[in-house]
Amino acid sequence: MQTLRDLVRYSPSFRYGGIILLVVLLFLLLSFFSPYESDERRAVPRNEPPSVQHLMGTTSQGQDVFWMLTFAIRNTLIVAGLAVVIGRGIGVVLGMISGYLGGTWDRILSAIVDSFIVIPRLPLLILIAAMLRGQITLIGLGIMLGLLDWAFPSKRYRAQILSLRERDFTHTAVFSGMRTFKIVMREHLPFIIPFLLADVVSGFLFAIGMEVTLAILGLADMGSQSIGTMIYWGNYYQALLTNRVWVLAAPIAASIVVVVGFYLVSIGLTTYLDPRTRVVRLQVKN
Amino acid sequence: MKLLKSFILPRIVQYLIVIFVGVTLTFLIPRLSPVNPIDSAMGRLTAFQTMSPEATVALRESLTDLYGMNGSMLEQYLSFWRRVLVFDLGPSFTNFPTPVSELIGTSIWWTAGLLGFSTILAWFMGLIMGTLAGYFPNKWWSRSAENTLITIYPVPYYILAFILLMLFTYYWPIFPLVGGARGTPGFTWSYISSIFYYGFLPALSIIISALSFRFIISKALTSSERSSDYVKFAEMAALPKRKILFSYLIRNTLLPQVTDLGLSLGTVFGGALITEVVFGYPGLGTLLLGAINAADFNVIMGITLLSIIGIATASLLVDLSYPLFDPRVRYE
Amino acid sequence: MTQAATNPKASAPIVKADALKAYYVTNAYGVERTVRAVDNISMSIAAGEIYGLAGESGCGKSTLLKVLLGEFQPPLTVVGGAVTYNFEGKEQDASAMTAEDYRRLRWSKVSYVPQGSMHVLNPVRRIQDTFHDFISTHRDVTKAESFKMTSDYLRDLGLPEKVMRSYPHQLSGGMRQRATIALATILFPKLIFADEPTTALDVVVQRGVIGLLKDIQQKEGSTVVLITHDLGVHANLADRIGVLYAGKLVEEAPTRTILKTPKHPYTQFLINSLPDFEERTVRETIPGRPPALDNPPPGCRFHPRCPLAIDVCSQVEPPMIEIAPKHRVACHLVTDVSTVKDSHASL
Repeated sequence: MQTLRDLVRYSPSFRYGGIILLVVLLFLLLSFFSPYESDERRAVPRNEPPSVQHLMGTTSQGQDVFWMLTFAIRNTLIVAGLAVVIGRGIGVVLGMISGYLGGTWDRILSAIVDSFIVIPRLPLLILIAAMLRGQITLIGLGIMLGLLDWAFPSKRYRAQILSLRERDFTHTAVFSGMRTFKIVMREHLPFIIPFLLADVVSGFLFAIGMEVTLAILGLADMGSQSIGTMIYWGNYYQALLTNRVWVLAAPIAASIVVVVGFYLVSIGLTTYLDPRTRVVRLQVKN
Repeated sequence: MKLLKSFILPRIVQYLIVIFVGVTLTFLIPRLSPVNPIDSAMGRLTAFQTMSPEATVALRESLTDLYGMNGSMLEQYLSFWRRVLVFDLGPSFTNFPTPVSELIGTSIWWTAGLLGFSTILAWFMGLIMGTLAGYFPNKWWSRSAENTLITIYPVPYYILAFILLMLFTYYWPIFPLVGGARGTPGFTWSYISSIFYYGFLPALSIIISALSFRFIISKALTSSERSSDYVKFAEMAALPKRKILFSYLIRNTLLPQVTDLGLSLGTVFGGALITEVVFGYPGLGTLLLGAINAADFNVIMGITLLSIIGIATASLLVDLSYPLFDPRVRYE
Repeated sequence: MTQAATNPKASAPIVKADALKAYYVTNAYGVERTVRAVDNISMSIAAGEIYGLAGESGCGKSTLLKVLLGEFQPPLTVVGGAVTYNFEGKEQDASAMTAEDYRRLRWSKVSYVPQGSMHVLNPVRRIQDTFHDFISTHRDVTKAESFKMTSDYLRDLGLPEKVMRSYPHQLSGGMRQRATIALATILFPKLIFADEPTTALDVVVQRGVIGLLKDIQQKEGSTVVLITHDLGVHANLADRIGVLYAGKLVEEAPTRTILKTPKHPYTQFLINSLPDFEERTVRETIPGRPPALDNPPPGCRFHPRCPLAIDVCSQVEPPMIEIAPKHRVACHLVTDVSTVKDSHASL
C-alpha cells in the first residue's frame, strides 16, 4: 500500500500510465452494457462515418465500431491476462525451485530454460495456430501464449531469489532459526511483489503484441472481437482502399493506448525498483 | 585457443539442440493437432466435384505420401529429417506441383534483404545516437530525441507499419501500396532503384521501431558506464571527449549490445513478417498469409522450419563474433 | 626522507587550501540534504614533501583530495574558501580554471593515483594503447614514441615487458596498481595525489607500491599528497601527517611528532590502536561512531566520543593553533591557556 502511494506521488509515468489503464478498464466494463451482441451483423446502417449515434462509425458488416471496440478490448485483455497468469505462474514456480534448491537441480533446470529461451517463438506459434485454425478459442489462445512465455520470467525470478538468499537479512533469519517458508513469506515477498508487478506488465505487453500479430495473420479466434481481429477484418474488407479509415483507426488507436498505458506503468515500477533510487528514497525517509 | 572452446563449443551445442527441438516440434505439431490436414484437403477437393471411389482412394494415398504421413511415426520422423537435410520441403498444395523450397526460395531474398538491412542499420544508428545522448544528456537534441523515441518505442511494429501505410500511400500517395520492385529483375538501375522505392516504407517501419529500442538501451548503458572508474579516470586526465566517447565508452557499451542483437533477431523477424503483410511486400510474410488462408500446410511448415533454422543460425553467428569485440573472452 | 624540506627556494607551497568548505548538496523527493564533507580546512603543502592525510572512513579525506585536485562536480560544491596552486612561481586558483587550464595542468603538473585500481584501466584496450591515449593528450608524440616512453618507464619501475601488450584483466592486482601508478606519473608531474594506493592489496604488494612511490618522489622531487587510513603506510612514507575527523583537520605535524607525541585525543587513540611487535597489550578502540556529516555535533566534533571532553568542547569549535613549529592542533584541552596544565593528559 505504501508502495502504491509512493508510486502515484513520485512517479509521473506511473501516474499517467495508471490513468490510461483506468480508461482502458472503463472501456472493458462498458462492453457489458453494449446494446449489441459481439457477433451481431447488420445491426446498424453500414459504412457510416463517425457520428453522434455511432461514435466511431460502422463497418461494412453493419457493426458499430465503438461497441465492437469495447468487446475487443475486453477479449484482448482476457487473453493476455490468461497468458500472463499461466506464463508467470510457471515462471515463478520454476524460478523459485531453481533458486531455493540450488545445486544440480538448479543447473539442470537452468540448462533447460536456457535452451527454451533461444527457440524462436513466433514461428512455432504460427504453426500451432495454423494447425488449429478455426478451432481456437480465446481461452485456448491465452493458454498457448502462456505456455510459450515462461522461460525468460523464470530466469529473472531465479536471479531475484538468488540475490535475496544471499542478503544479510536472510542469513540473520536463517541463523535465528526461522523456517524456510516463513522466511520466504515474511522477508522475501515484500521485495518480490513490486518485481512481480513490473514483470506482469511486461508479460501483458508481450501477450497483447502476440495476439494482435496472430490475428493480423488470421490465426486467432476470428469469431470473437479482439483488437487484432478488428484490424484483420478492417484490412480484409479493404478499409483503406474504400475510404473507411475509421474502421482501422479505432483498433489501431486502442492498441497504441493500451500498450502505452502498460508501458508507462512498467517504467514507473522499474524506476522505483532501481537500487539506486531505492537507496536515495530510504535515505530520505530516515 | 583452448579457452575459446569453452565459449564456442557450448554455443554450438546449444545451436544444435535448438535445431533438433525446432525440427522435432515442427514435425510433431501438425501430427498432434486434431485437424487432419489430409481430411481437410480431401474435404476441399471433393467439395466441388464428385469423384469415383477409386479416385478418392488414390487421391488420399498420394496426399498421404505428399504430406509425408505414411508409415509409423518413427518412419515418418526419420524420413522427415532426411528430407530436411536436403532442403526438400515437399510440394505446395495450392501451387501444385511447385516445391515449397522453390516458393520460399524466391520470397526469402526479399525478407532477408529487408530484415538484414533494416536491423543492422537500426542497430548502428541507435547505438551511436544513444551513446551521444547518454554522454550529453542535457543538450537539447539529446532530450528531444529521447522524448520522441520513448513515445515511439512502445508502439508495436504493425501499428507503425499501418500508420506509415496510411500516411504515405493513402493520404499523401508518395509510395506504392504493394509490391517489391518494378520491371524485370536484373542489375539495371531502374530495377535496383525500384527496389529501394518499394522497400522504403517497410524498411522505415522496421528501422524506426528497432532504432528507438536500441537508442533507449544505448543511452541507459552509456549513462551508467559514464560513472565507471576508467571513464572517470580518463576524464580526469583531460582526454579529448571524442576519444573517450569512441575508444572508451562505445567500445565497452558495444559488448552487451552485440549479444542483444542476437537475442533480438527473433522479435524483429516477427515484426518483419507483419510489416510485409501490411505493405504487400513479396517476402515470407505475404507467402505465409496466403498459405494460411489456403491451408497449404507444407508451405506453412516449410516457413516455420526455415524461420527457426534461420533465426538460430543468425543468432549463432552474431554470438560467435562476440570474442572479436571483447578481449576478456578472447584471452584469459 | 626528502631534501625539499630544507630547500629555501621551494618555500612557496605548491598547493594550499584557505578556509576551504566543500559540501555535497542533494535534493531528492523534496528533501534537501547537505553533507559537510570538508568544513573550513586550511593547510599548505610544500613542494617536494610527502604529506599524508589520515582518518577514518567517511571523515572527508577523499572529498578533500578531490577538491584539492580541482575535481568538483555537482553535487559536490565549493561553498567557501579557495584552493591555490603554485607552479614555477605562478599562482592559480583551482576553482577558476578553464577547460584549457585543466588540460595543461593535468598529468603534466598535477596527477592522481586512484583508489581501487581494479577498473581504472579501459578493459578493452591494451596497456600500451591506454598509455598512448594519456600521453598524446598532453604531448605531441607519435605512437612509436609513446610506446618507447612507456616501455622505458615500466622497465624502470620493475614491471615485465609483457605488460605493454596485455589487457588489464590479464594482469594481477598488484601489477595493475603499479601500472596505474606508472600511468599517473609517466609525465613526471610535480604534484601527485594518491587516494588509498595500498588498500585492498596484500602486504607484500603493498611494500612494492610504497617503494615505488618513494622511488618516484625521490627521482623527480615531486610532491605527494597521500590518503590512507593505514597509519603504518604513513609512518613509512609521509614527511608530515594531517589528521582529519568529521570534515575537519584536528592535528598536523611531522610524522615523528605525530607518532611519538600526539596531542589531540583522537590522534592519541589512533596511535594507540596501532599494533606493536614488542608489547602484547589489549588494543583499545574508540567508543562510539563517527558523526554523520549532514548533522555534525556542535562545538568540537569529537566531543561526544572524547573521554577528556569539558564543557567548552560541546559549545565552541576549537580553532587550529600552532603549538610548536610545524605542529598544529585543534583542541581546547591543548590550546586553551586555562587548561594548559592538563596538556600532558594522555591515555
